[in-house]
Amino acid sequence: MDIAFVIEKFVLVAIIFGISLVIAMYSTYAERKVAAFLQDRLGPDRAGPAGMFQPLADGLKMFMKEEIIPSNASKWLFMVGPGLAMLTACIGTAVIPWGSDITIGGRVIPLQVTDINVGLLYIFGVVSLGVYGVMIGGWASNNKYSLLSAIRAASQNISYEIAMGLSIIALLLVTNTLSLREIVEGQHGWRWNVLYQPFGFILFMVCSFAETNRAPFDLPECETELIGGYHTEYSSMKLGFYLFAEYINMFVSSAVMATLYFGGYNYPGMDTMAVWLGPTWAPLFGMAIFFVKIFVFIFFFMWVRWTIPRFRYDQLMNLGWKVLIPLAIANIVVTAVVIGIIEGF
Amino acid sequence: MNHNQPVYTDNDPQSELVTLNLGPTHPATHGVFQNVLQLDGERIVSGVSTIGYIHRAFEKIAEHRPFYQITPLTDRLNYCSSPINNMGWHMTVEKLLNITMPKRVDYLRVIIMELARISDHIICNTIIGQDTGATTTFLYLFQFREHIYEIYEEICGARLTTNIGRIGGFERDFNEIAFAKINKFLKEFPAALKEFENLLNRNRIFIDRTAGVACVTPEQALSYSWSGPLLRATGVDYDVRVSEPYSSYGDFDFEVPVGTSGDIYDRYLVRNEEMWQSLRLIQQAMDKLKNEPAGIFHADVPEFYLPAKEEVYNNMEALIYHFKIVMGEIDAPKAEVYHAVEGGNGELGFYLINDGGRTPYRLHFRRPSFINYQMFAHMSEGMLLSDAIINMSSMNIIAGELDA
Repeated sequence: MDIAFVIEKFVLVAIIFGISLVIAMYSTYAERKVAAFLQDRLGPDRAGPAGMFQPLADGLKMFMKEEIIPSNASKWLFMVGPGLAMLTACIGTAVIPWGSDITIGGRVIPLQVTDINVGLLYIFGVVSLGVYGVMIGGWASNNKYSLLSAIRAASQNISYEIAMGLSIIALLLVTNTLSLREIVEGQHGWRWNVLYQPFGFILFMVCSFAETNRAPFDLPECETELIGGYHTEYSSMKLGFYLFAEYINMFVSSAVMATLYFGGYNYPGMDTMAVWLGPTWAPLFGMAIFFVKIFVFIFFFMWVRWTIPRFRYDQLMNLGWKVLIPLAIANIVVTAVVIGIIEGF
Repeated sequence: MNHNQPVYTDNDPQSELVTLNLGPTHPATHGVFQNVLQLDGERIVSGVSTIGYIHRAFEKIAEHRPFYQITPLTDRLNYCSSPINNMGWHMTVEKLLNITMPKRVDYLRVIIMELARISDHIICNTIIGQDTGATTTFLYLFQFREHIYEIYEEICGARLTTNIGRIGGFERDFNEIAFAKINKFLKEFPAALKEFENLLNRNRIFIDRTAGVACVTPEQALSYSWSGPLLRATGVDYDVRVSEPYSSYGDFDFEVPVGTSGDIYDRYLVRNEEMWQSLRLIQQAMDKLKNEPAGIFHADVPEFYLPAKEEVYNNMEALIYHFKIVMGEIDAPKAEVYHAVEGGNGELGFYLINDGGRTPYRLHFRRPSFINYQMFAHMSEGMLLSDAIINMSSMNIIAGELDA
């Protein structure tokens, strides 16, 4: 392993980490602006032009706030919780292919931190770990509201992971690979998986909403019942980490949806563009397209949040176990039969 | 189980239950009152309501104040619809003093009271939306409460605790801007209300959350002396505006919506329909005003109606009456009167005993929130925590009215 490779990966990690943090930061701003737009308000407009520096001001505020650890909380776990939430949110970006291989100064660099052949399973593993941050935080707070919220979060994530995994199996039947890079390459141009798996996509998206604890599945932090949910007792940047982790999760979920179902960095007419733009700029353009797709999904997340009410806890469970899982299984069977018929003849 | 004492099971190692203090400063209570709940998971096993956190002894204070000084106390009962409280109190005193009001004043009062009803129902219904997670419905429709407040502001200068009107009429006539604002509201609000209904009425999640939750039978409701939209949602068509018409409500053509099952969804629908009916009432009142002689805004009762300041400074008669009214030296008969108006939450009654002194001998407020709330703890047993919370929002418990 040469030193250039290490530097290259290190730079890539730093860039991706930076981009996800900035996007998460500005997602908070976007969320407030989108909410304001939907509610006929102005939204933040004091800090900088059109309130552009609002996230910076919020971040600064988070750092400056007094940090309070409840005296009857488990101090160590209380501090681990938000860190774990943040960590698991961030490492999900490692396997996402941001663009095709880029050529800079004769050196070919893949725009992906690592292309492991079980990339999809890795994503699932990381997402599953994400709930530990919430659970630990809720448990360590020693607050009944936080505990109720942690219980809700745990059962919700476990239930919806099953439906999510099942909806992915149908996709794997189509793609024949677990590597995210190969899944994206297989969707070259217009051959997006959503065209082959529209139903699977809807299931996956519903589960993503539940996995990221976004409305209408935001039961762990429904403010009118559980006050702040699992982060009721948190203050300063620990609270900031939880809020941040939620937005990074949303970003990663959007990226995964765009990768799996909407062709990642592929777009119609990409071959012509590749010739026209050359090996340095074409991958960057593809990356820009990928980010546009991500932003559309993020907007969709926000749009849904500010439009519909949330489920009740038992209704959420019913939806997960009695509706989504049977539908996902039916989707697998239908997909398998169709593929069998096509390949059989 | 003793329903008067909260039970804390936290220190009992044998107990499978969790004690949860819902309130007094919980976001769902929308005011200061407490419920001590015993939870089995998310299900409420039993609950005890604790009230009185903002008890201000209004009934006792009222015994030490001349009639006209009691109006500001009524502001602070149901502060979401203070004008109804103010008018109710004025009408009670007018009943005691046997004052007949000019029609125009009645119609002006109807306009203000129906605006107040709309603002009250906006709060309750949007809060149901908010508590089920639909924040947009809350913030979107809420701007119309602001428009209603602007109308109040134009009429009396205040917004929340309005102290609007006087015994015997209004302190001044509505100005042109006020009428223009009312007309603007009548034009703009229906579209927004329609949008609000489009967002929630047929929303599957909203229906799942509210329909069939916290059903109340008419018998239960009547046995707890419920009134207002809550009672009507159970199917009982009791509305004070119709059964005991006051302020010329008999002149108007409007309908009293009733529900069938008394669940949260029915309460929500009843309140929404009442907003439409209130709009009709305001429109009718505006039309009727055109046929009334302009400029009359109070009854011709100089000995009871607080005169304007210019009069007081320039006119000896007015100065005398002003002094007598302010000192509580009005010639009120020794009598007992009960007068009820249809408040935002139900029958808002004033029971006044006058012994001929400067102040009431005894004044009792029949506060609908206080009476409606009595069933809450009992209703919550066996409910999920989430249901209990939207049940509380749909009852529109206003802490000021609950505790008085």
